[in-house]
Amino acid sequence: MKVSVQPEPFDLGAELAGFGAGRSDVGAIVSFTGVVRDDSGAMEALELEHYPGMTQRAIAQIVDQAMTRWNLADVIVIHRYGRLGIGEQIMMVATAARHRVAAFEAAEFLMDYLKSRAPFWKKEHGRDGTSWVAAKDTDEDALKRW
Amino acid sequence: MIDVLYFAWVRERIGLPREQVETQAATVNDLVAELRTREPRYEAAFADLSALRVALDQDLSDFDASLAGVREVAFFPPMTGG
Repeated sequence: MKVSVQPEPFDLGAELAGFGAGRSDVGAIVSFTGVVRDDSGAMEALELEHYPGMTQRAIAQIVDQAMTRWNLADVIVIHRYGRLGIGEQIMMVATAARHRVAAFEAAEFLMDYLKSRAPFWKKEHGRDGTSWVAAKDTDEDALKRW
Repeated sequence: MIDVLYFAWVRERIGLPREQVETQAATVNDLVAELRTREPRYEAAFADLSALRVALDQDLSDFDASLAGVREVAFFPPMTGG
């Protein structure tokens, strides 16, 4: 299991290259990558603030739950903070399991929980000023299916 | 003495990321009530508690939770990770 909270970019290919390798019980690997997008056409950057100390701990708790529930062989969570440009990778999760259903479900569970239970806050920097991204009711509702 | 931390727009509205608070507050709600009486910027930050979340010693908690033994309280808006 790997959990990293970092300002630096990560190398998705390198992270996945050795993931789940050398294990005879891994039949499925799923990965998700979050990317900074610009819906308004006026955005210049996305700034991510986090709560050092709590972030690592909250993510580790979420990963522990996923590993137990889906009997995962391995998990990667990398989440960046700081100022990111349009098109930059924000975060990734990867899950390794015996079967694909477990790997897909666990990746979705991790994403739903990281969105609403990991202490990150996004602020959009645009040509017309800055604004904090508000959490959506649908993000909170997404947790109920688990 | 309790460390009180603020994040995102709560930090911006209050104007500082953390401070030490001398308090006898029994619950988070009591602490919020004390802070609100300080200055308008605190009143502005805590005006709508439904827009806020609280963590006690780095675990998500509730406003009616006890502060007994707690060293660090953090206030912030709903999280937007991922």
